Amino acid sequence: MVQTEMYVMLAVVLFVLGTLGVLLRRNAILVFMSVELMLNAANLALVAFARQWGNVDGHLFVFFVITVAAAEVAIGLALIVAIFRSKKSINIDELHQLKG
Amino acid sequence: MQLPSLSELNLGLTVPALSLALWACILLVIDLFIPRDRKSVTAWLAAGGVVFAFIANLLVYRDPGVAFMGLFVADEFAGFLNIVVLLTAFIAILMSVDYLKRTGIERGEYYVLLLMTTSGIMFMNSANDLAVVFIALELLSIPLYVLAAFRAPEERSEEAGLKYFILGAFASAFFVFGAALIYGATGSSSLPVIVDAVGRALAGEGSSLLLLLMGSGLILAGLGFKVAVVPFHMWTPDVYEGAPTPVTAFMSVGAKVGGFAALLRILLVALPALTVAEGDAVAGWQTATWVVAALTLILGNIVAISQTNIKRLLAYSSIAHAGYVLMAVAAAGTPGVSDQATRAALIYLMAYMFTNLGAFAVAMAIEKDDGSGTSLDDFKGLGRSRPLLAAIMAVFMLSLTGIPLTAGFVGKWVVFQATIEAGLYTLAVIGVLTSVISAFYYVRVIVNMFLEDGEGDPAAAATPYVQWAIYLTFAGTLVLGIIPSLVTNLSGPVALAVASLVP
Amino acid sequence: MENYPQLVPLIILIPALGAIINMLVGARLTERWSSLIATTASALSFVIAILLYSYLHASGYQAAIVNPPVLQDWILIESLNINIPWQLRVDTLSVTMMLVITGVGTLIHIYSAGYMHGDPRFSRFFVYLNLFLAFMLILVAGNNFLVLFVGWEGVGLCSWFLIGFWFDKSRGIGWKNANAARKAMIANRVGDFGMLIGIFLTFWTFSTLDFYRPGEIANPHAGEHGAAVEHVEAATVEGETAGEHGDEHGDEHAAGPVYTDNEHIPTEQLGVFGQAERMLALPEGDPGRTVALGPFRADIVAVLGLITFFFLIGVTGKSAQIPLFVWLPDAMAGPTPASALIHAATMVTAGVYLMVRSNVFYAAADLTSLLVTIIGVATALVAGFVALGQWDIKRVLAYSTVSQLGFMVAAVGIGAYGAAMFHLVTHAFFKALLFLGSGSVIHGVEHGHHETHHAAHGDGHAGEADEFDPQDMRNMGGLASRMPVTYITYLIGTLALAGIWPFAGFWSKDEILGDSWVAGLVNNELGGFIALAGLLLAAAFTAFYMWRQVELVFHGRPRTEAAAHAPESSLSMLIPLIVLAVFSVIGGFINLPGNAAIPTLGLDAVLGVHQFGSFLEHSVVNIHAADLQPLIAIVALGLAIGAILMARSIYGLNRGVTADRRDVLEANASFSRMWRLANARLYWDETYRRLFEQPFNRTSQFLADTLDWAFWHDYVHDTIIAKGFRAIGTLLSQPVDLGLIDGVVNGIGRLMRWASGGLREIQTGYVRTYAVSVLLGVVVVLIILLLPYIQRALASGN
Repeated sequence: MVQTEMYVMLAVVLFVLGTLGVLLRRNAILVFMSVELMLNAANLALVAFARQWGNVDGHLFVFFVITVAAAEVAIGLALIVAIFRSKKSINIDELHQLKG
Repeated sequence: MQLPSLSELNLGLTVPALSLALWACILLVIDLFIPRDRKSVTAWLAAGGVVFAFIANLLVYRDPGVAFMGLFVADEFAGFLNIVVLLTAFIAILMSVDYLKRTGIERGEYYVLLLMTTSGIMFMNSANDLAVVFIALELLSIPLYVLAAFRAPEERSEEAGLKYFILGAFASAFFVFGAALIYGATGSSSLPVIVDAVGRALAGEGSSLLLLLMGSGLILAGLGFKVAVVPFHMWTPDVYEGAPTPVTAFMSVGAKVGGFAALLRILLVALPALTVAEGDAVAGWQTATWVVAALTLILGNIVAISQTNIKRLLAYSSIAHAGYVLMAVAAAGTPGVSDQATRAALIYLMAYMFTNLGAFAVAMAIEKDDGSGTSLDDFKGLGRSRPLLAAIMAVFMLSLTGIPLTAGFVGKWVVFQATIEAGLYTLAVIGVLTSVISAFYYVRVIVNMFLEDGEGDPAAAATPYVQWAIYLTFAGTLVLGIIPSLVTNLSGPVALAVASLVP
Repeated sequence: MENYPQLVPLIILIPALGAIINMLVGARLTERWSSLIATTASALSFVIAILLYSYLHASGYQAAIVNPPVLQDWILIESLNINIPWQLRVDTLSVTMMLVITGVGTLIHIYSAGYMHGDPRFSRFFVYLNLFLAFMLILVAGNNFLVLFVGWEGVGLCSWFLIGFWFDKSRGIGWKNANAARKAMIANRVGDFGMLIGIFLTFWTFSTLDFYRPGEIANPHAGEHGAAVEHVEAATVEGETAGEHGDEHGDEHAAGPVYTDNEHIPTEQLGVFGQAERMLALPEGDPGRTVALGPFRADIVAVLGLITFFFLIGVTGKSAQIPLFVWLPDAMAGPTPASALIHAATMVTAGVYLMVRSNVFYAAADLTSLLVTIIGVATALVAGFVALGQWDIKRVLAYSTVSQLGFMVAAVGIGAYGAAMFHLVTHAFFKALLFLGSGSVIHGVEHGHHETHHAAHGDGHAGEADEFDPQDMRNMGGLASRMPVTYITYLIGTLALAGIWPFAGFWSKDEILGDSWVAGLVNNELGGFIALAGLLLAAAFTAFYMWRQVELVFHGRPRTEAAAHAPESSLSMLIPLIVLAVFSVIGGFINLPGNAAIPTLGLDAVLGVHQFGSFLEHSVVNIHAADLQPLIAIVALGLAIGAILMARSIYGLNRGVTADRRDVLEANASFSRMWRLANARLYWDETYRRLFEQPFNRTSQFLADTLDWAFWHDYVHDTIIAKGFRAIGTLLSQPVDLGLIDGVVNGIGRLMRWASGGLREIQTGYVRTYAVSVLLGVVVVLIILLLPYIQRALASGN
């Protein structure tokens, strides 16, 4: 049996990768995917902990996270499509009308 | 498999929040049958739902309890904040009716989304489990993302929506990961269960304490984003400026209430032990909130000075006010002061709600249909053309500054009192000084209105609905300022702190 | 041979693999290869189904439960005692379904290769067909309700794909097709809702969803009355580790005593049906019969009534029964092979399969069973009546399918589970045959149209070309001589459907009628009476509309140039027709009656009687082996032949369509109204529109116009409130001079303004900057929180 620490390490690595993705990527879709990666890293950690503790709280949490992530993606893609319609670009660095 | 019976679920206690969510779903269907030019019907139906929830909440407030097997707790804390949120929602609906019509974005989904996010905040107020906090957080946020972009295809609104969304999702991810770590450290996501495990983790050494600390840090960050405190605040001005004004008004109060509710409950119910200083060991989250509050107060108030757009100004002002509430949160970290500080935070939020919504309502009243007219220069001459409106706005500005006989003063008073009581003297001094700084920009609005000559016909859009909203908030601001005992009595029974763990 | 059940995962995986191959590389393959891959996959599944049958035969029809190599712990939460494994079941019922699905499926694959020739998305069609097979096989092979539900949803998805397959057709037809697909999806969603609630209730009641657990014998009494079948004791099948599911009797089995019943298994280790039977066997009022559903306590019979009722809602959706049947006629928008496979032979029978599988539940739920009977009979009658007035060749068949499904459902309602399955099987043969035949006809007429059109206009491709409807029977006629093979096979299908002796439909339909005779007149059950009367009438309808179709399509003179020049279809389309025609003739012999009064051509001596019934008996506990009643059989046969003769006298000899393209019945004053009612489908769809849309519209109109504008906005708001406020406002308005503050602001503010301007620059407007800020905040907070901890760690380390 793989130790919980290993899973958590992996989750942390994935989470950091996702964070870096959000910080470094300019394409809005890739930014979303990075956020999803972060959420899934959290899911991995939750499931690993749930196995360690032997209760279902973690599993339950994961289900909610998955569901909410789906809702988030739906909204996010709709926003991207709207932006793309008016700007013909999904580069988030081109969004800086609002500043100061 | 042992399943709870219906009576064990205590569904009655969830009626305020649940009825609103259900009503939102029903309204979505009803709205299909309401003709395009009659969308104010949807608004009234939404407002009716809010009123119902308000009444239900008052009934529940008198008889608190726990529902959904401990996942949902309807105590005085939640009840009080529900009152704040429902008032916010009601006023936001009043503000929206004509605004949507004249800016050409009158669609029924707007009110549905508003109700959804309101119910999200109410669930947040009552959440007693990290998973529930998370769902409520998202139920609060996701409709707001859409609402922020509601003026699409206007580019500024879309930009606001996307910025809010990306950063919001980013912050949520931190929250979830933090929750995962806390779960890993304690083996439960239920706040009252976590607290026992925290005690055990503090007693012994080992990795679970590390997980716990990291987890609470990440949760602090995730919720800090929602309540817009420095340095998680940067989305605020942009989103406030780009979003439709009633949405901004709602967001500036509602999202903060939800965020602070979860923050206070998690910190005080699940993690109070983390504040207990054991010799030189663990200082806990009080220091973190202290630092963040100080940063927020300083940055929010100073940057507000150079703003020229009233919505951005109010955005920075709202950041600053989040700092004051966070002062109370930091104060709650001192054992023995917890409940007093919690009550102070609640009173502050109530005061802030009336005043800030009022300020936004006035700002909206002078906004033009195309979204312009939000510059501070547009307030020039208002004292002459619409003296009553200008006078009321002046009262709001004074209340935001914290001048006596206004709600803002009462809020600041109780917060400073709690901070001093908790022994955080430096923070209290920073709070007082930044309040003085805030006077600069608030008073400038008053100066513009009464001492500068303006042109044109502002306040053309002060339609009856908006006027209702303005008078309602005005009344709230004054009543709270003059008879504070009304609210302090209401918040009297609020108590979150776990007595057994506080020495 | 005892290892054959281990092949059952393959029966699903092979079509799935075929779908994947065609999905990945299908677009680059030629039509020949694409269809070859798909057909091979289907054929291999059929071979496996035959192997499974041979296993059953050799093992004395002993069921086997198979854990696939993966997903064994599909949904497993030990702390809550939830265990829903991904288990497959090989028993006589599931293998019957598999044989039908893969057998008919393979023929339809072959047919499709010809029918879809030249379609731009040829390989995509086969992807869907193969995918459908995989899901349908999951549906029938699953050993618990959740696996069944996965298949149930999957076939719905494939159905949606295939109905809307030609979503891109021009002239608004594509829209229509897409809408038909949506309609099917939505109607099925309503049904699935009931299905899910039924499943939840089942789980709530029994704490498991397994049909039967390993080691459990579905029907210990099987074989006692029927054909002599040597009964072999149940032993766990190799590869099945019984201990995994908390069943500690697995080891005993291997070495210990031999069981021929389930008495040794504790109740909580039985599947749902075993548990239900145990509870039902208890005397009335025994606490063991009570089920706790949350705060409610109910007797097992009541709970089963509820479960079966919710299942029934699912069945009305999937098997197109009243009130959700409206989607199936529209589903004919899909390619004809898909209609034949999914919307006639297999998918729509899933509901019947579900009810037969749950026969233990239904047998105990009298009230639901009565409702099932009523719905089935009503559907059979309504659809049979509506079919009388349709012009579209496929639409007639669609309503016929709905009607025949009504027969099966009604059979379930009266408890004739065996007869329902029997009719399901024979119907699969002849209805698939009829659909494929109609496809051949449409194909021929279309080609004929192209030919004549090209001859008339040279290369001209005028707009009117698209006005021509190759599915309208008014454009046909006289095709018998143009398409002889299609004609003869179609005729066989028609006779089988009409229930003419000795075609397949005769045996199955009359068994249902015989069972309803027994239920009604012998056992004095209300459902039996209803079924007997209603189904006899529906059977007469069936014969009438089918013969009308034969007359309009094949007999008489061609009514259009297209029909006159229609060519016979290609061989790959004809072979399946011929094979299915053969089965439509002999398919009924699998379950010959034991009643000597019915002539069986001497086959009963060779094949034995009630073979199919005693085969199913090993999986279906409550099988009723009522015999054909000679009287009923003669009456039904007489009605059918009478209806055919009547149809022939009305529609024969070119009289069917009047000069102004109306039906001869519509032209006749005394039948005109009735025919129009059938043609308008009894206004069923319109009624739905009126029931659900108009009340909503009226209410919203009232709220909007009267309440909001007239009263609230105009009167209360403008008159009372607004004017009142304005009056107060004017009274209070006085200019306020606050000159003092001006100086304060200008004086001290300069410094702050400078700091503010500098800090303001941080707010760049770039999202990524903000994200960095958030991250920075996280780091700061973490450092603050962790610093004391690190200090302590360092201190204790030193």
